[in-house]
Amino acid sequence: MPVTVAVHEGLLADGDPPHLLGSRCRTCGGHHFPRHQTCAYCASGDVEPVELSSTGSLWTWTAVTAAPPGYRGEVPYGFGVVELPEGIRVVTRLTEPDPSRLRAGQSMHLVTAPLHVDDEGRQIVTYAFAPETPETPETPETPETPSTPGTDR
Amino acid sequence: MTAVGIAGVGLHPFGRFEGVSATDMGVIAVRQALAEAGVGRGGFQAAFCGTAYGGVASGHRVLGRLGMTGMPIVDVEAGCASGGAALMLAAGAIRADQYDTVLVFGIEKMPKGIIRSSFFEPWQEEAGMAATPAYFALRAQRLMQTSGVTKDHLAAVVVKNRRHGVANPDAMFRAEVDAAAVLASRVVCEPLHLWMLCSPNEGAAAVVLKRGSDGVRLAAAVLRSHLPGAVLNESTPMAGLADDTIPAPSTLAATAAYEEAGLGPEDLDVVECQDTDAARELLSYEELGLCPAGAAAKLLDEGATTLGGRVPVNVSGGLLSKGEPLGASALGQVVELVHQLRDDAGPRQVEGARVALAHTVGRGANASVVLLTR
Repeated sequence: MPVTVAVHEGLLADGDPPHLLGSRCRTCGGHHFPRHQTCAYCASGDVEPVELSSTGSLWTWTAVTAAPPGYRGEVPYGFGVVELPEGIRVVTRLTEPDPSRLRAGQSMHLVTAPLHVDDEGRQIVTYAFAPETPETPETPETPETPSTPGTDR
Repeated sequence: MTAVGIAGVGLHPFGRFEGVSATDMGVIAVRQALAEAGVGRGGFQAAFCGTAYGGVASGHRVLGRLGMTGMPIVDVEAGCASGGAALMLAAGAIRADQYDTVLVFGIEKMPKGIIRSSFFEPWQEEAGMAATPAYFALRAQRLMQTSGVTKDHLAAVVVKNRRHGVANPDAMFRAEVDAAAVLASRVVCEPLHLWMLCSPNEGAAAVVLKRGSDGVRLAAAVLRSHLPGAVLNESTPMAGLADDTIPAPSTLAATAAYEEAGLGPEDLDVVECQDTDAARELLSYEELGLCPAGAAAKLLDEGATTLGGRVPVNVSGGLLSKGEPLGASALGQVVELVHQLRDDAGPRQVEGARVALAHTVGRGANASVVLLTR
């Protein structure tokens, strides 16, 4: 098994389930992602680190069909915005690359997803959201496990 | 308030010009505008140059070719609204009695394909999150979920603007397309097909502003940035608040511009708006107040925004026909509208146009709204 490394430090807490590392403003109550030192809504410096909810609902989505600048992984891949119970919307990759299999408001949960293997042979991963239950499972006889497509753990 | 007039305009066509630098294109646009204005060396007291990718001292390179230096020359970067930002600074300086004649120009030479922007951090690129069209697509999906906009409407915007563009010799794409062909072009990011996205390209535009009110007047030039919290306007944060009431920067800029000019959307005869993608144009109808929220599809369906309609939008062909050289595109709109108000726009002339609006919005987020009158 190759060593697994997050694409950027400070985004993701490894665990079961994983969590996004955010922050919360003690002045206005707003949540941020990625983690901030100052509040992006009210300029307060009184900000505390928090782990954000690992489930949410799908707000909007698409799929990227051509590799954008600086990207070395596979296409197509899902891309969207998931609304978390903290009252924030997070821009995220989605494990589902077919937009027709997603619907507004559906439940999503956080996973880590592989991006590419780097020059040192390490598997680079990032955060992504996966549908809670696939809309139309391709192999219904497969027992349901937490290992949804794009999940590597 | 001190009146500011447009004394001259110039344009280098938008397209791809191998072997021609952004500086070369700038020289052509600037010379045209100065000649029209009857302004020579020493005839303007400051110059503002809009560019996002030009690099250090872009404006100096253009004016250095013409021996027209010595005055303040300032490059202005505000993403897609760079030219609008330059115009705002120039107009403000004239109104403050700092100068009486100012040269404003915009230049750009962009590579093909998805724009690479230092706006994104390296990890965001690596994670596939620097996909500009994907953000457009997310916004388009929301528009479709929350209003009557369908994919057919997106195609219809392209058909309209490309038809307008046939009559514009300075546009990059001058062939008409039909909706079936638009929908047959490959999907870049659902619901956006390739032909629903404008091409980043090359070009230059120039405007000479002068104190006074002869001819076409600059009634307002406003720039606004985004308010905190919004997740899908052009500020492209990684997260924002679940709050749908945060006004978009284009709405802020339009509201302020209408107030400054004492005009409203009902006064507009012709509009050039940011159609970086087909859904962006429809969203702009709402943000600029051309129609109530949720009514963009209806406005398009009625033909109101087609040449000959109540408020024609993008009669130049828009960015979907012209392409988008970031620093030049906002001033390119102003050049088009000045011709419209002078009644010399040829086959794409809007009959009797007296009030015109130019709108751009992009990274930052920055939105610019310019109102012109005669």
